[in-house]
Amino acid sequence: MNIIVCIKQVPETTEVRINPETNTLIREGVKSIINPFDMYAIEEAVRLKEKFGGKITVISMGPPQADAALREAISMGIDEGILVCDRAFAGSDTWATSYTLSQAIKKIGDFDLILCGKQASDGDTAQVGPGISAHLNIPQVTYVKKIEEVKENIMRVERMMEEGFEIIETPLPALLTVVKEINEPRLPSLKGMMRAKSAKIALWTQKELNLDPQKLGLCGSPTQVVKIFTPTPRAGGQKLSGEIPEIATALVDLLKDEVH
Amino acid sequence: MDYLLSDEQKMIKELAHKIAEEKIRPVAAKYDQSEEYPWDVIKVIADAGLFGLFIPEEYGGMSVGVLNLCIATEELSRACGGIAVCYAASALGTFPIVLFGNDEQKKKYLPDLASGKKVAAFAITEPEAGSDASATKTTAKKEGDYYILNGLKHFITNGGDAETYTVVAMTDKTRGARGASAFIVEKGTPGFTFGKKEEKFGIRASSTRELIFTDCKIPAKNLLSKEGMGFIVTMKTFDMSRPGVAAQALGIAQGALELAVRYAKERQQFGKSISSFQGIQWMLADMATEVEAARGLVYSTARMVDAGIKDVSRESAMAKMFASDVAMKVTVDALQIFGGYGYMRDYPIEKYVRDAKITQIYEGTNQVQRNIIALQLIKEMARSK
Repeated sequence: MNIIVCIKQVPETTEVRINPETNTLIREGVKSIINPFDMYAIEEAVRLKEKFGGKITVISMGPPQADAALREAISMGIDEGILVCDRAFAGSDTWATSYTLSQAIKKIGDFDLILCGKQASDGDTAQVGPGISAHLNIPQVTYVKKIEEVKENIMRVERMMEEGFEIIETPLPALLTVVKEINEPRLPSLKGMMRAKSAKIALWTQKELNLDPQKLGLCGSPTQVVKIFTPTPRAGGQKLSGEIPEIATALVDLLKDEVH
Repeated sequence: MDYLLSDEQKMIKELAHKIAEEKIRPVAAKYDQSEEYPWDVIKVIADAGLFGLFIPEEYGGMSVGVLNLCIATEELSRACGGIAVCYAASALGTFPIVLFGNDEQKKKYLPDLASGKKVAAFAITEPEAGSDASATKTTAKKEGDYYILNGLKHFITNGGDAETYTVVAMTDKTRGARGASAFIVEKGTPGFTFGKKEEKFGIRASSTRELIFTDCKIPAKNLLSKEGMGFIVTMKTFDMSRPGVAAQALGIAQGALELAVRYAKERQQFGKSISSFQGIQWMLADMATEVEAARGLVYSTARMVDAGIKDVSRESAMAKMFASDVAMKVTVDALQIFGGYGYMRDYPIEKYVRDAKITQIYEGTNQVQRNIIALQLIKEMARSK
């Protein structure tokens, strides 16, 4: 089974700071890590490989320093890494990003499965995974919490819902986005780290991919960020106490006042 | 201080640090309380490949030496001295096979120890033979192609949980220390059973048990080196493993220092952080300096071993003695900085004091280490005359 894992390098923080003038992330002074949700995708890919054999390729679109994220994935047991990196890709929204990644995946060629984390911890859009499947015209299952069974060209998975889960069968190749319930990512091994250090990461630029410039970067991004702001915290409510009949009466009075 | 570690050594440090923070620190208190063997953590360490650090490549290891083992042990000990010793004690049990095993023995035992599939232990101590190893009473009598072992070993780290044991027994009592021999004994051999598990003051995640040999018949080919080499095997093993114990002490001290610095910054008294008081600052400064001095000694000794320098008894003894004395002092001072909270089990620091104490005692008490150092000094003086 040949698997492609898409990962993103994100700032290691839950409180992302935004530059209010440029509406972009402030990356200075923040350590970069693999998007935590993508770690589950990496782990699941390695587990599938341990079971069924095959090759895993990890791919990331990002700045040159995303090389470190690809190497970390290799240290966990991924075979090869590809960095999709070019000034021409800068400023991509989820549409342009998923387009660019889908074209890079086409260039990789033969694959049975694409795995992505359910969303990135910085942008939180959860759109790039589904976007890639749309561009490649293959089936997608989002929020997968368990791969139940893999048969010849078919896979049965459990998809997490707000209450309970769905069981879905999908033909392969397909794209899955995974949630943290699916597994517990392993730590790298020393041998893996040594392999990762000397691994050759392929660098694919616009030159290698030769894509329509109109579909790339800012140019190819229909999303316009008009304003980014922190929502004002909600003011505390009013708490009524006492016996239930008293509370009910007080509540009705308050609602009446509100109407008037 | 920059110890000019190689890329490989930095990698080992990073990996061991990750294991310590993500997999050991969260469960350290649990295992300290339950005294269960931390198999889940051992598996993580094994999967990471750290059990093979001191085992030659042709037998499944990485063969990267004692300094690397020290770096890994130090990092693991920062989070829990007890779990770290399960790891280090396996190295202690494995060294005799690495150093003195023949090819057949190495092929049979080392691959599973390198992968961490099996854990090892070293057994020399007996109720009446602690520092005085020549008082060993356990006997090994040759009968045809077998040796018959009889006797009792106690205080054996990893005892009962390890699969592979190096056991020192007397093959010729009339020859004193020169009548001892070392054997590989597998768990499950008829006549080899375990006594009680000790309840300990510290390093409670590790297991310490009695080994009981009652007409235990082992193949003669399990003899390491030759008859009469038992104490040479032991001494050479300790030369290799003492830097590891020193590294364990160093890690415990480093871990306690870090906790103390953080607590001193957080703790408010008299309207300010206690780290702003010179009394606390000077304590922290002394602690940090002592830890760094210990590290210098431990790393230098480990580098000597790795460089193949033959006689490292003096340096090994110095490193083990100094680092463990530093660990004891630094952990006690760290607890003092925590004040009353530090005395409570709800806080992690009292465990560091308990874990540190054993490092002054095992693999030769610090008094025995001083004997070794003094003996070397006097010998050198005599030679130079």
